[in-house]
Amino acid sequence: MSAAAPITAPRRRIPAAVQIGIALVLFWATLAAFGPYLAPYSAGYVVNAGPFAPMSTAYPLGTDYLGRDMLSRILHGARYTVGVALLATVLACLAGTTLGLLAAVRRGWIDALISRAADALISIPHLMFALVVVAAFGTSLPVLVLMAAVSYVPGSFRISRALALDINAMDFIQVARARGEGTAYILREEILPNMLFPVMTDLGLRFVFVVLLLSGLSFLGLGIQPPNADWGALVRENIVGIYEAAPAVVVPAVAIAILTIGITLLIDGLSGSNHEIVR
Amino acid sequence: MTPLVEVSGLRVTATNDRGAETDIVRDIGFTVARGEVLALIGESGSGKTTIALSLLGYARRGCRIADGGIRVGGADVRALAPAELARLRGGQVAYVAQSAAAAFNPSQRLMDQVIEGVRMRGLMSRANAEAKARDLFRALALPEPDRIGARFPHQVSGGQLQRLMAAMALMTDPDLVVFDEPTTALDVTTQVEVLRAFREAVRERKTTAIYVSHDLAVVAQVADRIVVLRDGAIQEIGATAQILSGPADPYTQSLLAAHAPKPQPPAAPRDVAVAPLLEVRGLVAGYGATWQGRPAAPVLHDVDLEIRAGSALGVIGESGSGKSTLARVIAGLLPATSGMMRLDGERLAPALASRGREELRRIQIVFQAADTALNPAHSVERILSRPLAFYHGLSRSEQRRRVRRLLDLVRLPASLLDRLPTELSGGQKTRVNLARALAAEPALLLCDEVTASLDTVVGAAILDLLAELRSELGLALMFISHDLKTVRAVCDEVMVLYAGQVMERGTGQAVMQAPQHPYADLLAASVPELRPGWLDSIDETRLAEARSRFSFPGSPDLCAFISRCAARAPGLCDAAPPPIRRFAKGSDIRCHRTEQELVALQSKHGSVSAAILPLKRVVKRAL
Repeated sequence: MSAAAPITAPRRRIPAAVQIGIALVLFWATLAAFGPYLAPYSAGYVVNAGPFAPMSTAYPLGTDYLGRDMLSRILHGARYTVGVALLATVLACLAGTTLGLLAAVRRGWIDALISRAADALISIPHLMFALVVVAAFGTSLPVLVLMAAVSYVPGSFRISRALALDINAMDFIQVARARGEGTAYILREEILPNMLFPVMTDLGLRFVFVVLLLSGLSFLGLGIQPPNADWGALVRENIVGIYEAAPAVVVPAVAIAILTIGITLLIDGLSGSNHEIVR
Repeated sequence: MTPLVEVSGLRVTATNDRGAETDIVRDIGFTVARGEVLALIGESGSGKTTIALSLLGYARRGCRIADGGIRVGGADVRALAPAELARLRGGQVAYVAQSAAAAFNPSQRLMDQVIEGVRMRGLMSRANAEAKARDLFRALALPEPDRIGARFPHQVSGGQLQRLMAAMALMTDPDLVVFDEPTTALDVTTQVEVLRAFREAVRERKTTAIYVSHDLAVVAQVADRIVVLRDGAIQEIGATAQILSGPADPYTQSLLAAHAPKPQPPAAPRDVAVAPLLEVRGLVAGYGATWQGRPAAPVLHDVDLEIRAGSALGVIGESGSGKSTLARVIAGLLPATSGMMRLDGERLAPALASRGREELRRIQIVFQAADTALNPAHSVERILSRPLAFYHGLSRSEQRRRVRRLLDLVRLPASLLDRLPTELSGGQKTRVNLARALAAEPALLLCDEVTASLDTVVGAAILDLLAELRSELGLALMFISHDLKTVRAVCDEVMVLYAGQVMERGTGQAVMQAPQHPYADLLAASVPELRPGWLDSIDETRLAEARSRFSFPGSPDLCAFISRCAARAPGLCDAAPPPIRRFAKGSDIRCHRTEQELVALQSKHGSVSAAILPLKRVVKRAL
């Protein structure tokens, strides 16, 4: 039966949940990239509808506590929410994967050192770590990105180390060793391609956590500082609008939820249907 | 009397990715009388397991019993409601799977699992069920039948676990037991005791059984009738003796021919003047930290060997004997603790890192599992190109040309170049695995069980290929196998390894000839032969040896086989390291017993070569 393996597997139908996930992620990625150009007004422009205006054709998402157009605020904020989180996640995964590969292949004291350092870091709650860092270094963008990246390195490190350990024990690695290949070749050509898929899945999941961490921080007033605002900060700014049932306080929260749900749906679909879709 | 099992016009289909249905077995019809043992034989993909499972009213995922009648004990299996099917399975029809290790729950005691079926059905009280289980343990020749049930699966050996699963199947006194390759994963010596136990238990209870196997010699020992399958269709049905002595179908004949003892390859003349290609002296290796010159977990003790250019050395032994470790040590993957290795007279460093690229190129290793030896992310072309670029620094276009030549050499079409390993069959993977090693143009190829996971016919083709490469390229082979037959066919020298000690070493002919080292004798006697009744002809001393397990003799210098050996001399074997003697037949034997003593001991239970003779006649007729 094994001889009858199909040469090209037919494209399987992508499940509806994954299609929704892909659509949502693409939607937000576009907004993050082009948001400011699509926005009808600049981020600080006060329109003449008064504060906490309800949804209307002129201002589809209403206005905020100062009377600024919420749609424009959201579009401008997308860049901070998505951009900063993406940058931090990619940094975290790059560092985590590199360290994980190194630890798995070298073992010995290098592995022990990195693993214990990761254990130490992972034992500190993310929010507490963030508060300490912000208190010490302020809330500039580079500090926020680095802080989020550092706090998610241990998770990424652990996953890639476990994956690399498994792959490193396979016979094809032994073959490469016996051939005389160097560590760099084995890491790059033999191990990495086989862990790319789970690492990408992990990256998506971690991105969701980073979005939530940064939004939470902004909600506490410790993230992106005014006049700039990400979605977490938008919720905080407009919190009093909750008494007037203004859309301004709900819209950014919903935006965060839609973004994270979209990514989760996409990841679920990818890991559930194995490699069929990525091919 | 109506037969117990009646199968007629059975067709099972599978649905592929595109949603199209294809037949995996078709037009299958046979009957099994009460108390009869019927064997289903065929290679992988022949549909034998599919048919066996259909008797339980079961089809694997994506498969469907499309047509035909299946009657067991008068009941129409296909018409049964799910609840009735559940009663049938494990009640009237029981199943013994290939891998007992995977079939037992590691966190439950064996007794609880063995009696679970009858307890679940409320057929017996707990005390009665346990008493019955103990009787079955006794009948299946399990050690300590009264206490073994209290153990966990990891506390018993593979052969014992397989028998425990048979006990589980027999608990309900089923009308029919389906054995699905129950001894395939076992060592030959373990297979003997398990087969004996199965057959006794089935005979005593007059159980009707279906025995699924790919091994004609095993089936010859247990079955009354044989069904030969190929590509989902029946080729031939007949009584065991008739199938073995006068097969009508050409496919059955080719199966029998694959069992024929191949002509010994002529031993290359021993030219003492020429230095051997590889010379190994006093090799000690193992795992863990080294302390006082010994590894914490020693695997190889004091191994000597030499391989001359163009010759083939076979290394045989049971699993755990250190065969694969030996290959890893020679390849440098596991640095030896002590001992000396020379390649072409030049000293070979124990660790990979201190070997030159040229030395690495000249020794190539081919791993057992082609599945894990090929990187699933690399195409066939990439897998084969890398050694060409690495060792020979070839240009892209030159690489492409050579890759095609390599595929040609291992008889694979160039259309496979862009395939990933998952898109290849088992035989194709083995060939790619081999081609990658050949790309380095090595002088010595270390082959670790390269044919173990392949069907008889595919395996035979790989062996022929190796023999050809040897004569064409002057390649030297170290051929590791647990299968004596294979080694005999390929190698001109043979080395028998037990618990890391070389027990016997000499030309293939000499090692196979009596007298042998007691362990080599046991191994040779345990290889199933095609003649029915072979299993009964094994005498009790050998059976006792096969049944017993390795236990550490107290010092690594003493004979490791002592705990199992029927020829051991108390006061001598447990006191002094055995000498290595050259016997008149030409092989070196590590044993305290002298040649005369071994001759006397082994003539008592009949020499192995005498048993092979009638087989040759059978095969000649088959051809």
